[in-house]
Amino acid sequence: MTDFVDQIFIQAKQRLLLPLAHSPNWVVQIASSLVNIFALLAAFLTLFALISVLERKILGRMQNRYGPNRVGPFGLFQPVADGIKMLIKEDVVPARADKIVHFLAPILIAATAILALGVIPYGRNMTPFTIDGGILFFFAVGSTTELAVFMAGWGSNNKFSMLGAMRAIAQMFSYEIPLIITVLPVVMIVGSLTPDAIVAAQSGYSLGMVPHWFITTPWGAVGFILFFISGLVESNRTPFDVPEGESEIVAGHMTEYSGFKYATFFMAEYIGMFAISGLGVTLFLGGWHAPIRGLEVIPSYVWFFTKLSILLFVYIWIRGTLPRTRIDQIMNFAWKFMLPMAFTCILAAAVWHYAGRGLAAWFWSLGVIAAAYIALSILLDTRRKFAPRTYRFAE
Amino acid sequence: MIPTLQIFLIVSATLFCIGLLAALSRRHAIFILIGIEMMLAAANLNFIAFWRFGPQSQQPIGVMIAIFSIAIAAAEAAVGLAMVIAVYRHYRTTNVDQLDQLKG
Amino acid sequence: MNSAAFVVIAILTLAAAVAAATLQKLMHAALCFAVAFVGVAAFFFLLGAEFVGLVLVFVYIGAVAVLIVFTILLTRRDLEKDRSFNWSGVVIAIAVFGGLLWAICKTQMLSSSAPQIQPLTVKHIGAVLMTDYVWPLQCVGLLLTAALIGALVLVMEEKNSKSYRVE
Repeated sequence: MTDFVDQIFIQAKQRLLLPLAHSPNWVVQIASSLVNIFALLAAFLTLFALISVLERKILGRMQNRYGPNRVGPFGLFQPVADGIKMLIKEDVVPARADKIVHFLAPILIAATAILALGVIPYGRNMTPFTIDGGILFFFAVGSTTELAVFMAGWGSNNKFSMLGAMRAIAQMFSYEIPLIITVLPVVMIVGSLTPDAIVAAQSGYSLGMVPHWFITTPWGAVGFILFFISGLVESNRTPFDVPEGESEIVAGHMTEYSGFKYATFFMAEYIGMFAISGLGVTLFLGGWHAPIRGLEVIPSYVWFFTKLSILLFVYIWIRGTLPRTRIDQIMNFAWKFMLPMAFTCILAAAVWHYAGRGLAAWFWSLGVIAAAYIALSILLDTRRKFAPRTYRFAE
Repeated sequence: MIPTLQIFLIVSATLFCIGLLAALSRRHAIFILIGIEMMLAAANLNFIAFWRFGPQSQQPIGVMIAIFSIAIAAAEAAVGLAMVIAVYRHYRTTNVDQLDQLKG
Repeated sequence: MNSAAFVVIAILTLAAAVAAATLQKLMHAALCFAVAFVGVAAFFFLLGAEFVGLVLVFVYIGAVAVLIVFTILLTRRDLEKDRSFNWSGVVIAIAVFGGLLWAICKTQMLSSSAPQIQPLTVKHIGAVLMTDYVWPLQCVGLLLTAALIGALVLVMEEKNSKSYRVE
């Protein structure tokens, strides 16, 4: 019975493709891929609509006010109103903007964000596309986002857009390195780049209670925190939303976009958030596995989306809590703190593996991470920052 | 059934010659670098095509050469573009026809 | 079906490459360069070397293309078009293409169809990299470090120069 509910989407898809049973192989493959793509788009666009209103309500509650609550029951039909508003707005393109580049930039950003969703396992046997180097595919399409952001900034023929785009790209590729190096210990321990294999390596429970997720190991916990912070930066969320901070640079690379194109940027940012959170769940939080052996009756996709929702809630929580950081603070943090800590995670994972993966190994690898953290705190002495300020040009 | 080795070699030769065209006939330094990168990509395509159609496809020699070649091309692009910026700072031009102070 | 995919990818790649080589606006040429590399990566996928295709997308489009557009930005001088075109380059390119085509068509043993191979897994590439090719791997690591330091040294501003930012 639980197996039936667990595999209900797979059975539905096979039932749907039954009329094509006697067609040539490539027709069945294309039809199957199309069904996967439509299911993925339906699920995540609904989630995007829901999260866009839930974020405003949760932020509102954190700021001691109601969020939007007029449009439907508890304001949940707000995305419909937002969508109608975005669609009927006039599409203003600057006269001297580069028309092709200006048009293609939001399409490219949205396309790369949605492509990245295709390799994440959402449940047992529920990965839309199994590629052998799935994690590498995810990061390859993620790195294409930078080019699209640059196209947006340059195509608008606007100095603020250009500056915003350059800041966004500097921030994004600075944090791509800690992001990828944090994933390296996981790939090292599992021995495969396929997300399915990574999720399968996190099955099993110690003492029936503690799951074998990588977040229960010291290098996994630190790695998850670093991955989460890098994910925050990659999606340009507060406290790292310098590229789109309204009080600083208007809307950065999205300044000259109105109406539907702005909605596309907005959607691409949220779907990027879903993709990074989905990858975090896959790599560190055990994918679609249940936390305790007894709760395995609940279907696998429910567990995946529960963990995804918890991560998204933490994203929104951080947005409501922290102020924006400066661009040089962001860069300092990336290159001077996160990169050495990410390398330490690799070392700690190796120590954990060779010390037997047991309880003693846990303490050894924790010792490695603590030593690195203490060394970094001493080396990155910030007391010198509080000297009296000198001005280069304004004397 | 993917096409034969000859067709792949013809495509990669075409890509190589387009890269050569870019490297020889443009006067902007960055275009010359773009041409060089295209030539390197064409050579990589050649290696992978020969690996695939070769007798011993189990040994991934062609794939290894392509991976190392991509790494080296990235390093060369970085240093080349840094040089273009450094030259621009001194001479305020990127037209390679005007960078002729060592001539004669 | 694979032949149809091959034809589409070949047309895309070669058209983007020609556009990158001949367009006058610098930015458009740089972006067509990125599209050409998407086409080359698609070729690699078609040939069964998916890892190399992904590395190509990651390195070239994610890094080299961004570097090129940044460099175009930083060396602009409000001149967005490159109006000079040297036609002798076309002649030489056509001559080289003719030579290569003659060499390819003359070779006898190239008309065979693709043998069936087992898919090349990343695990196999990793194992080979760490056992047979470990010394080239270390050398490439050193080379990349040297390139990183060299590029930084080349673009660092000199401390006693009086140049103010113009852009």
